[in-house]
Amino acid sequence: MNRREFTAAMLAAGAAIPLGITRAAGQTRGGTLNTIIQPEPPILVTAFNQQQPTLTLGGKIYESLLKYGADLKPMPGLAQSWEISPDGLTYTFKLFPGITFHDGKPMTSEDVVFSCMKVLTETHPRARQNFARVASAEAPDPLTVVFKLKQPFAPFLGCFDCTSAPIVPKHIYEGTEFRKNPMNDKAIGTGPFKLKEWVRGSHVHLVRHDGYYRKDEPYLDEIVYRIIPDGASRALALENGTVQLVQWSDIEFFDVQRFKSQKNLEFTTKGYEYFAPHQWLEMNNRIAPMNDKRFRQAIMHLIDREAMNKRIYFGNAKIATGPISSKTRFYDGKVKRYEFSVEKATKLLDEMGLKPGANGKRAEIKYLVPPYGEVYQRAGEFFRQSFSKAGIDLVLVGTDMAGWAEKVGNWDYEMTQNLLYQLGDPALGVARTYISSNIKKGILFSNTQGYSNPEVDKLFEEAAVALDEAKRQELYSKVQQILVEDVPVAWTLELEYPIIYDKAFKNIVTTGIGSHETFGAVYKS
Amino acid sequence: MTGTRSAARIALLIVTWVARLVAVILVIATFNFVLVRAAPGDPAMVMAGQSGGADPKILDDLRKEYGLDKPYLVQLASHLGRVLTLDLGYSYRQRRPVLDLILERLPATLLLTLTAFCLALLIGTTLGALAGLAAGSIVDTLFTVLSLLLYATPVFWLGLMLVLVFSVTLGWLPPFGYETINAKMTSIERVLDIAKHMIMPVMSLAAIYLAIYARLMRSSIIEVSHQDFIKTARAKGLAPARIVVGHMLRNALVPVVTVAGMQAGALVGGAVVIETVFAWPGLGRLTFEAVLQRDYPVLLGIFLILSIIVIALNLVTDLIYRLIDPRMTTEAA
Repeated sequence: MNRREFTAAMLAAGAAIPLGITRAAGQTRGGTLNTIIQPEPPILVTAFNQQQPTLTLGGKIYESLLKYGADLKPMPGLAQSWEISPDGLTYTFKLFPGITFHDGKPMTSEDVVFSCMKVLTETHPRARQNFARVASAEAPDPLTVVFKLKQPFAPFLGCFDCTSAPIVPKHIYEGTEFRKNPMNDKAIGTGPFKLKEWVRGSHVHLVRHDGYYRKDEPYLDEIVYRIIPDGASRALALENGTVQLVQWSDIEFFDVQRFKSQKNLEFTTKGYEYFAPHQWLEMNNRIAPMNDKRFRQAIMHLIDREAMNKRIYFGNAKIATGPISSKTRFYDGKVKRYEFSVEKATKLLDEMGLKPGANGKRAEIKYLVPPYGEVYQRAGEFFRQSFSKAGIDLVLVGTDMAGWAEKVGNWDYEMTQNLLYQLGDPALGVARTYISSNIKKGILFSNTQGYSNPEVDKLFEEAAVALDEAKRQELYSKVQQILVEDVPVAWTLELEYPIIYDKAFKNIVTTGIGSHETFGAVYKS
Repeated sequence: MTGTRSAARIALLIVTWVARLVAVILVIATFNFVLVRAAPGDPAMVMAGQSGGADPKILDDLRKEYGLDKPYLVQLASHLGRVLTLDLGYSYRQRRPVLDLILERLPATLLLTLTAFCLALLIGTTLGALAGLAAGSIVDTLFTVLSLLLYATPVFWLGLMLVLVFSVTLGWLPPFGYETINAKMTSIERVLDIAKHMIMPVMSLAAIYLAIYARLMRSSIIEVSHQDFIKTARAKGLAPARIVVGHMLRNALVPVVTVAGMQAGALVGGAVVIETVFAWPGLGRLTFEAVLQRDYPVLLGIFLILSIIVIALNLVTDLIYRLIDPRMTTEAA
């Protein structure tokens, strides 16, 4: 599809949907959904915190202009239609009429401009980078928002999901210190559910927002998020029906299997397409022997990813083949494959002159175990055992969350494991790990391994501003080939978190953001 | 004449006592500050990291907002200044006043731990005394084995086993939580509901303390019963019940009170595991989360409150000593 066709298709999609959203007949009103939030979010305002639990819960309270389907194509959110100028620089959004905040005040294009340009650029790291590309944002009338970009940015339409660009009320935040505003406690958004009560350490209680602009929605009366810190207790809550929905890592991987067969429960791994959590073994490219491409390739050969999926993740993952997840756009599977082979690995190590010493060891490497639970500890032990076959001795170093963040952010590590979201487009979620301009000391989730390749930089840059889909695919295919050859990090698995829910509830997973969705359309049969 | 003099003496005593208290709290606050900061890890990075994409400006803003960009000594001075005015500050992570956070959680923890503590003390000392009096019998042996087992059982395991038996298998008790969420109840129903939720966490938490007090009481009773004044009392022909209650228990309780007084201070923080297993919305979990997040103001606030509680409990222990044994006094009085 070229640029013009793409624009036309977008317009058509925008025009068709308003008819779609009034479809409501046959769905029952009422009912309570009990679910889990874990760990407890620090705050519910998604503009100020983007931790996964904050987004899951805050997604019911705060909305953005667009939603994204499982295919990651945009769908109407607060905006009913949108238009892109042929030069790819002007984006015009038309809002639905009659949208109100939870305090009853109307939501207009002024709130959108204020949220995107004033609040999010101050408080939201990802949105800050996205909206830095905007030259001007205007609100010509209450239902129209116009963004003018400094230069074309292909995934700009992908920056308006409720986790990346939540809309907050201007009348509450204007002229205040955003993060310290006392109204943060009330969490005033436009979503189908509003905050009734938050008993810290116990539960968060959401109730219907009666003035919701989508006719008849929400169907449910209430959603109760329970805070249950212990994994065994969470599984028990799902088993005995105390809760009817779990998401992300609420249920430990080793427990997931037994819920697949429980008759009253539905199981799906859909709804994570937008985030597409991608996992890898991170190697500090600045330090020997990790600074040699052949060593990193040898590491790829040493990880039996099938076994890792089966033994450590209990089958809740897919094998990753490169930097882009097979679940998102522009994935190219036709890249060099590193099959599990100790011989190939030892050959590479011999070739680079890393010979075994007197004790049979070729190298001793410190591995910083990410403090995110038992499964990461066991993955570390798996790597340790795998590498020992080629004479590489991995020393596992334990740390806590803050210590891990500081060490990795400041490049003070040799190897560790990392998990990153792909955010629907390589320009948003993939490039950041590999481009030289994102080598920033002290910043976590940047190019912390220190990989730098001018050609890769150029390809990512061109692909970000190219408006033609075919051209973008070509550029991303090329970049995938180079990265897979260079192995800046050793990709292991595409994690497949489950969503498990009571069959009585319908429409739980309807978009590519799954459990972060508003749940306005969820009903109980 | 003597009246004014003794009033002056009491005033001086109070002033000395308060001054000493303030000094102790300042020393504790300094110590806490240094300890908390000794761990590596930057709260700004933890917070920004959670967003899945950090940004230098946001990191700088966060550090500036919380004064983390200033030298340690300046931060310490401002911390001590706040302690003196009893201002506990503002949580980095939750963006709410620390005092609110603590006051929200404290009641649930106190309810859980004080109940467990009193229960453990009451049952533990009674059982220990009975075993001590019947030292060497089968009952005593049985008791010793049981209390050892109880003492050696990990508290989370005990909690999970209780859940397995009473919630999963029998379905009698709610497996977690503080009360039934989202239920419309009268206040009496609510009290009963909370009581029902308390049974298992209290049992698990009490089990270990119970074993400690029981073993202590048992050995203490055995020791006391061999002392001369007991022989004298027997020789005088006192009734056995009076010997046990008036002479033996009173003296045997002293070491138990000492240990209990020390442990009472640890109770508030010591419930982390139980609070996690039973999803109990208490202070222990707040502490644990604050450590992981490097939420310094929350941590320091909790430590300060706990130190004050410990000081208060020491005072109470002193008073109890005097009730049990009027000969005991401290030089301050």
